[in-house]
Amino acid sequence: MSGAVLKIRDDLLGRIHAHGVETYPHECCGALLGRDGDCAREVLELVPLENRRKDSPRNRFELTSDDVRLAEKKAREKQVELIGWYHSHPDAPARPSEFDREHAWPWYSYIIVSVRQREPRDTTSWRLRDDRSDYDSETIEFAAHSA
Amino acid sequence: MAVKVIIPTPLRPYAGKLESVELEAMTVGEALRALTTRFSELEKHLFADDGRLRSFVNVYVNDEDIRYLQKEATHLREGDIVSIVPSIAGGSNIA
Repeated sequence: MSGAVLKIRDDLLGRIHAHGVETYPHECCGALLGRDGDCAREVLELVPLENRRKDSPRNRFELTSDDVRLAEKKAREKQVELIGWYHSHPDAPARPSEFDREHAWPWYSYIIVSVRQREPRDTTSWRLRDDRSDYDSETIEFAAHSA
Repeated sequence: MAVKVIIPTPLRPYAGKLESVELEAMTVGEALRALTTRFSELEKHLFADDGRLRSFVNVYVNDEDIRYLQKEATHLREGDIVSIVPSIAGGSNIA
């Protein structure tokens, strides 16, 4: 546990769950836009994206550099930051895999939702350590709805 | 050639919190090596243990992906902007 906190409104988390159910039994994926503060970071917008991995979408997802540049552009337009990514693990635990670790950068928040038999179950968030050796879990806190 | 390398937000903590770095390089490969020489902590996030650029790290010169140019041998011109953009991948352990 790193002590890091990720705030997200329950409606946004609900949209991540819905995306995971919609693409089940394939992995869903998307970008997290928001603000990174001293004490916590907060997700303010989602950018659902298409899983580009067509050969093995049940246990893999991929977003191209063009997808990343699109998410960065949307963040700039909304004057927020691209703070991380979400994806689902169909019928698998909401824990990062070795494959996840090999393809990650530190700083980003990585939300993983486990979807079992079309039902969203555990949701976790992770940040890669500076030395790339492992992930630290990030506490998910529910943020209040803004007026 | 004096070029500017844009540092992506996740890697700024390893590059003196800078958004961009100006340096001298003739090719993209030289620019990346000059960058990691100056900021050694960046190296493990850009290059794998075999010294190759990590598979999910993409590099653009101005708006062109170097995969469609001459990759790391792509020549740079004065004032070029080099951007480092990840592709994002992952997945579960199930077979």
